[in-house]
Amino acid sequence: MDNVMCSQADKFLGMVPYDWTMIVIVPVAKILFIIAVIIGLYTPLATLVERKLSAAMQDRIGPNRAYIIKVGGKPLTIFGLFHTMADALKMFTKEWTTPKSADKFLFYLAPVIGLVPALLTFAVIPFGPPIQVCDRVVPLQIASINVGVLFIFAVGSMGVYSAALAGWASNNKMALLGALRASAQSISYEITFGLTLVGLMMVFHTVRLDSMVAQQVDLLHWGVFLQPLALVLFFTAAMAENKRIPFDLPEGESEIVGYFVEYSSMGFGLFMTTEFIEMSAIAFLTTALFFGGYTVPTWVATDHSFAMWNVASELWPAAFFAIQMAAFFFKVTVLWLFQFVVRWALPRFRYDQLMRLGWRIMLPLSLANIAVTAIAILAADGDAAKGTEYVMMTGLVMIGLFVLSLFYSRKPRQSGDSGHGHDHGHDEQQATVAAAHH
Amino acid sequence: MGKIIKVRAQDAEVGAYEKAYLPEITKGIGITLRHVVKNLFGGDEKYTRTVSYPEEKVEYPVRFRGAHRLTPREDGAPRCVACFMCSTACPARCINIVAEESDDPNIEKRPKVFEIDELKCIFCGMCVEACPEDAIRMDTGEHVKPFTNRADAVYGKVDLLSMLGRTEKNGEQPVYRGAHEHRARQAPQHSPEGTLPVQDEQPEDAH
Repeated sequence: MDNVMCSQADKFLGMVPYDWTMIVIVPVAKILFIIAVIIGLYTPLATLVERKLSAAMQDRIGPNRAYIIKVGGKPLTIFGLFHTMADALKMFTKEWTTPKSADKFLFYLAPVIGLVPALLTFAVIPFGPPIQVCDRVVPLQIASINVGVLFIFAVGSMGVYSAALAGWASNNKMALLGALRASAQSISYEITFGLTLVGLMMVFHTVRLDSMVAQQVDLLHWGVFLQPLALVLFFTAAMAENKRIPFDLPEGESEIVGYFVEYSSMGFGLFMTTEFIEMSAIAFLTTALFFGGYTVPTWVATDHSFAMWNVASELWPAAFFAIQMAAFFFKVTVLWLFQFVVRWALPRFRYDQLMRLGWRIMLPLSLANIAVTAIAILAADGDAAKGTEYVMMTGLVMIGLFVLSLFYSRKPRQSGDSGHGHDHGHDEQQATVAAAHH
Repeated sequence: MGKIIKVRAQDAEVGAYEKAYLPEITKGIGITLRHVVKNLFGGDEKYTRTVSYPEEKVEYPVRFRGAHRLTPREDGAPRCVACFMCSTACPARCINIVAEESDDPNIEKRPKVFEIDELKCIFCGMCVEACPEDAIRMDTGEHVKPFTNRADAVYGKVDLLSMLGRTEKNGEQPVYRGAHEHRARQAPQHSPEGTLPVQDEQPEDAH
């Protein structure tokens, strides 16, 4: 900003003490921005994308009928955008029934308990680069606290109370069953969720999210290249925490309906909202941890910097800031959409498969990831930069193996060759087919 | 008695590669994404085959048996001669005909009332096959229009005559193949005196 505006702003802000500006006004503005983006943009869009994207996957058209006005005699539908409003209206105007035997207080409290931690997650995630306003540096992060990632674990694990209380307060067998499943599942995946990030903390030497993002300016220092296995495990565990397909056993519409079986109207709507907010939270968090947050890839082999960006950041800071914000929300949106893709592409696990995946596959893998990262850092013998390079190498090897594995495809078995020793997978059956004779 | 056929039940083979889960899942998501991209941006290569019904309509096959219609003569009167063959053939008994004397000396009868109850009709097409005059057809290519009153489902003479067949809709001249046309092809021109000429030719069957 130029000096005239700054002096005007200072004159205006001079009326309030400095501390008030930085402690109240700026954080409130940031909170309002995040709330507007999450509740005003991503969550309503999620209700539409959920239906529209699944339609595209399943070769359907999806909702496209709702409209408010007609333009030129034709209803203005805009790809079904008004269905978001229609959905919200429907949720708000439906009757809210409460079971007679329910614990009223907890029954009403449970959806809120779910919603609050989901929103709190955003408090520590940096959603843009620090901006310089006059002589003040404003970090675009609501709360830059030392515990950073740990705060997310602490708050995120509160979410299970919502499901547990909802199931218990409903006084319904199916709801309680769903709540039990939710609790067991959340606790199982909480461990992996936490352990996957230990590797990242070791590499970045911090648990502060803003500091982690600041260290990912170099493209090859993105979390995805340093800790690819952790990314997969983290994303999976996060989706399991969110209780969405393929981990939607606590809900399991086709079997037990789940912990919110007794909820109607906006009570159910709040659970849905929580789910969608958590989806954005996962996208925000994964972007910040593994995809460089707001950083734009600036990798050049010679001096690890991309000259044009540096010039732009000096000559035209506003444009550079806009690009960085756009980059952040682009990454967030891609990861957000990816969760919808996973949700509609994969079938639900069986409960024993879920537990086996959590305890016998993901937990050992996350421990192994920590071990490998630790060995790589130890091998650098105290040199932090060298340690990061080693970790990066192990990460790149893992990515390479994964990409190679995609090109492998098993040849379909010929129907004739059953002479091998290991062919016990299929046995011959005799089927009697009644052929119609005249 | 039944014939025994050997069938080999082939289970999906699960090896270490499949158990690694991630590559296979990635491939599956890739397939899903291909559908998304093609359906959203694919243009003509869309997998989606949905027809937005009231706005878009699929044209029925040529031989689709739609709502009935009565075919007209050149003067607009129905070709029907009230012979009751259609109502006799009708398994649903949905055709109600009341005959009356015709003004035309060449035509014996005409329908005073010709009603089809489209609610009772099973759209078997037997009336069309039974008609000797090609007077009733099901070539409109349309449904029976929706109605809220049962009485509206009974189509009268005027309703049935007002509907057009596919040929008329396409702007072509319809060709009718009834007994009337058959007689016109067979019989020589009327004599100036107005009396019917003596038929000299032998019937075709005799040849």
